[in-house]
Amino acid sequence: MAAVLVYVTSADGVVDEVALQALALAGQLAGEGAVHALVIGDEAAAASLGPWGAAQVHLARHEALGSTAPDAAARILDDLAGRLGVGAVIGPGTDLGNTVIARAAARAGLPFAANCTSATPGHPMTVTRLRWGGSLLEEAAIHADRAMLTVAPHSVAARQTGGAAPVEAFTPELDAADLVVRAVERIPAARGGVSLADARVVVSGGRGVGSQAGFAPIEELAGLLGAAVGCSRAVTISGWRPHTDQVGQTGTKIAPELYIACGISGATQHLAGCKGAKKILAINKDPEAPIMSAADFVVIGDLHEVVPAISAEIRRVRGA
Amino acid sequence: MKVLVCIKSVPAVAGRITLTADARAVDTRHLGFTIGPHEECAVEQAVRLVEEHGGEAVVLTLGPAPALEQLRDAMALGIARAIHLVTDGEDWDSQSTVEAIVEAVRADEAASGRFDLVLLGNEAADSGGYQTAVRLGRSLGRPTVTGIKGLTLVDGVVRCEQEVPGGRDVYALPLPAVVAVLEGLNVPRFPSVPGRLRAKSKPVAVSTPTRPAQRLELLRLAVPEGRSKQAVVLGRGPDAAPAVVAVLNDLGVL
Repeated sequence: MAAVLVYVTSADGVVDEVALQALALAGQLAGEGAVHALVIGDEAAAASLGPWGAAQVHLARHEALGSTAPDAAARILDDLAGRLGVGAVIGPGTDLGNTVIARAAARAGLPFAANCTSATPGHPMTVTRLRWGGSLLEEAAIHADRAMLTVAPHSVAARQTGGAAPVEAFTPELDAADLVVRAVERIPAARGGVSLADARVVVSGGRGVGSQAGFAPIEELAGLLGAAVGCSRAVTISGWRPHTDQVGQTGTKIAPELYIACGISGATQHLAGCKGAKKILAINKDPEAPIMSAADFVVIGDLHEVVPAISAEIRRVRGA
Repeated sequence: MKVLVCIKSVPAVAGRITLTADARAVDTRHLGFTIGPHEECAVEQAVRLVEEHGGEAVVLTLGPAPALEQLRDAMALGIARAIHLVTDGEDWDSQSTVEAIVEAVRADEAASGRFDLVLLGNEAADSGGYQTAVRLGRSLGRPTVTGIKGLTLVDGVVRCEQEVPGGRDVYALPLPAVVAVLEGLNVPRFPSVPGRLRAKSKPVAVSTPTRPAQRLELLRLAVPEGRSKQAVVLGRGPDAAPAVVAVLNDLGVL
């Protein structure tokens, strides 16, 4: 097909992993056509893209682009896509990637398919994309001369092609209207504790925990394992834990080595957030709970008895 | 102030999702319907804004006739009135949805003044399109932010916070604006019995927009292959603890 343009996001010279996955999907779609990459502001990131399948890198430099400005990014992307005459624009299926590609599509009056796991060129192009946070797959046709899409994180493997790509710096045309939506301040994240998204082990509690105080044994076990504490949506809407602890489609998506789910039934919304776990241990009174068929290991029993027994056993083993 | 909140009625899926015979929709014969989690927070925020600043909050949905129930749910929480764009239940892509919403917004604004703020969920729980808010903002010519987990209104400027790797980005938008929010923005209240009773008599403006040709056309749905695994039962009750600790040891997490 015609050339493909990839919106490559990065931070401090390091290209986002999902942007490399977008380049891989672009390579599959473009066939003999060229893969172009757009980088905004980050020179080191732009210079690193050749081995990842880009044939030509466009580096947009503008003094107003020091903070996140999604409408400006969309304007730059849309203008460049028009100038290059590309058949598709692909971005990473991240918060930033999805909003920028959506804005570029809205500018151009084009349809947009978010979180695609594959794409097949043709008239129309067809894609497979995630619905329900990945609990369903949708096959869709994109009726447009230029397909606008994002790639779902970790659905396409990044591919090193070993090539080199020239970097062409340019100053994009921007108006005041493109810069109305622009971050005016960055509040740094509070440090401390194990981050849910990056934890090696997560110990979570669900409705079965019963109360805010009921989380004490879960916190104890998490402390012993150096794990993060998580919870299900039933817990946050009951006000027992903050939303920042919620694992699920509308909470944090986790990918630990081990996920320990205590008193969690395993609703679709929850499983969409923990399916990235390598192993799942479920502790639940109900052997028929959906979490039991998603788990690798199960203990059938009341978490209020089982979890303290596990903590005691860890102490015993370590003391010996 | 005048606030519009856009919601979508979605099946209340719990366990494994099953599909209709033509694989073009979720089989909802045994399911109820609900408002998506992000949108529940949008409704709560609209109610709080009007409680704090006065004015009127309006709820809008595009969906089949039974979606009236979700409009009533929102009105039970304190929304004053509803706009129902009734469909025959077919899937509408985001571009068609926004065209219909824009027409309804323009009509409402011509009759009773401009919406200072339009709130939406960041992405619909079912279709996950990630675009309706930015398309609506673009069509209305209003600044739009997405992924918002903190919102305050001071002197005609809406201050919005968005989680990003390493912290939170803050945006300050002049009104009128469009804001797409995430669950976690607030903890939604539960409806009261008097609230539910009042909601029954609140006004609902109904219209039936025509569904245009779909440019992002749903062809079929599929349930992804699950990890077909047989879980190892480590035991029953507290007696299972030694077996659990042996597994933790094997996994190298002890």
